[in-house]
Amino acid sequence: MRKFLLAAAAAFILPTLVSGAPAFAAEEVKPMHREWNFNGLLGKFDKQQLQRGFQVYKEVCASCHSLNFISFRNLESIGYSEDQVKVIAAEYQITDGPDENGDMFQRPGRPSDHIPHPFANDQLARASNGGALPPDLSLMTKAREDGPNYVYSLMLGYKDAPNGFELNPGMSYNEFFPGHQIAMPQQITDDRVTYADGTKASADQIAQDVVAFLHWAAEPKLEVRHATGIRVMLFAFLFTVLAYFYKRRLWARLEKH
Amino acid sequence: MSTEKSRLMKAWEWHEQRLPIGHFLDHSLGSKYPAPKNLNYWWNFGSLALFMLVTMIITGVFLAMNYTAHVTLAFSSVERIMRDVNNGWLIRYMHANGASFFFIVVYIHIFRGLYYGSYKPPREVLWWMGVVIYLLMMATAFMGYVLPWGQMSFWGATVITNLFSAIPAVGDAIVTLLWGGFSVDNPTLNRFFALHYLLPFVIVGVVFIHIWALHIPGSNNPLGIDAAPADKIPFFPYYVAKDVFGLGVFLMAYFAVVFWLPNAMGHPLNYVPANPMVTPPHIVPEWYYLPFYAILRAIPDKLLGVVAMFGSILILFVLPWLDRHPVRSATFRPIFKIFFWIFLANAVLLGYCGSQAAEGWPLIASRIGTFWYFFHFIVLLPLLSWIETPKPLPASISQPVLSPAE
Repeated sequence: MRKFLLAAAAAFILPTLVSGAPAFAAEEVKPMHREWNFNGLLGKFDKQQLQRGFQVYKEVCASCHSLNFISFRNLESIGYSEDQVKVIAAEYQITDGPDENGDMFQRPGRPSDHIPHPFANDQLARASNGGALPPDLSLMTKAREDGPNYVYSLMLGYKDAPNGFELNPGMSYNEFFPGHQIAMPQQITDDRVTYADGTKASADQIAQDVVAFLHWAAEPKLEVRHATGIRVMLFAFLFTVLAYFYKRRLWARLEKH
Repeated sequence: MSTEKSRLMKAWEWHEQRLPIGHFLDHSLGSKYPAPKNLNYWWNFGSLALFMLVTMIITGVFLAMNYTAHVTLAFSSVERIMRDVNNGWLIRYMHANGASFFFIVVYIHIFRGLYYGSYKPPREVLWWMGVVIYLLMMATAFMGYVLPWGQMSFWGATVITNLFSAIPAVGDAIVTLLWGGFSVDNPTLNRFFALHYLLPFVIVGVVFIHIWALHIPGSNNPLGIDAAPADKIPFFPYYVAKDVFGLGVFLMAYFAVVFWLPNAMGHPLNYVPANPMVTPPHIVPEWYYLPFYAILRAIPDKLLGVVAMFGSILILFVLPWLDRHPVRSATFRPIFKIFFWIFLANAVLLGYCGSQAAEGWPLIASRIGTFWYFFHFIVLLPLLSWIETPKPLPASISQPVLSPAE
């Protein structure tokens, strides 16, 4: 049994050891740490919060940042009804076509449409943003080390540049951005949005909400993953216990000889 | 009822006479395959490796049904699997983390062989086949990591394929051939996908030979002495039951990562689509290559670095002739045992150094580690074969303790 425990420990510990291994650029500041309710064994999204986060995305982020992998229909899983989704989609104008005359035309969005890109192409996006390309946000919380904490910290990390720091024209100082010079100016301040559900819109609240929304956008199957995981683990545990006692009873035969 | 059963038996026997598949299985993994009765839990990792190989092939086939091997579509086809394909997120996370767990299992399997001298006569060919499987796994995993076409996919592929340019005279031609062009691009992705689908089945073939070679001498055991027939028990049901229990424990570790930490072993930048115009500040391969990546970068000369990196694996082929000590198991070789653990610690250290930028103390440590890696094989093992006095070996597995009074 002792040897078995050793072998099992190796199988368990190795992945945790190596998971820390791939390192990132050296000069980065560790982001602030928050407890997120989507983490943990049964972590779930708070739908009310996701809707607030979507409001922040729509009113603040969406003028520059795309959300390529999200369609309007996906918004049903953050608590909007089918009809509400239709209304939200119809607020957008989508370029469709060509029609029978060969012309492209504008029509109101449908639930099956992707959220439209704010710029026609990357060149236009750069031209409108002082040369910087605002990245797509669909996977942002998975595309950075400690993503949710990083994005949260970045939103709140704007400060005056310290004395002696050379800030290039048009750039802002951010404590948590690698190199501290970021092309995006500070966006999130107290009462930047007025929440439809009446929640007080402190900067901290807005940052939390938009991070929760972006994490949902990056990992929309998180809840079903956790729920499936619990059931699979229970099954695997029972299977293992049964296998253990069966093995022990079987091997007890050998000891009698 | 009874006539029906006997009819079924008759049909079975009719079939067995023509294609003895039951007979074959019974002699391979069943009641007719005797295994030493003292195998410990480190011997579980062979069947676990087979389980992972099968898991990777099954999940991989379903992923291939939904994946698009084109530079403009690969990344978004993976996201479509994650978002819109039924249980696609589960299949992909099982496959991506399955690669890591396959390597964890295989590394434990290899180090078990190193500790108990499973490479020594008469198991040299068995060992060779294992090294071939390991090399094929490395190639397969590397090409698989390129398929999602994220930033690390692209830049990892660029760095690794560029290694071949170090070969004198033909290096550049080989790299062009690998790429199918003059940079890592769509032809590269296409051929990597084709090979990534092919190589697992080559692995299956070599695994078959590996198990065949195993069945000639039979399993080694923790004492490293030849097992007398009286000290053997049938593989079925005893080791099948033990392997199934071990599988259950392993599955819990695997599922814990798949369901709760599915991205912990991947690099975040692989969730950024590949961009040939933006080089990541720090390109790192997947964790299972890190010790070899450290060896590569430890040596300032490119060609010698590549030679050392490949040499560090190829040297395993001649291991049975480097370590010629007649005693197999480290249990009875106190000096070898110490150096085994130092070697293992050194491999972990090299892995850590491989994850860091090649500068400062990690670079110095990876140079010392690289030296030690080869020193262990080329100097220490042959030397110990000469000078190490083993502890007294037991007469048989049934009498593991030798008391001098008897």
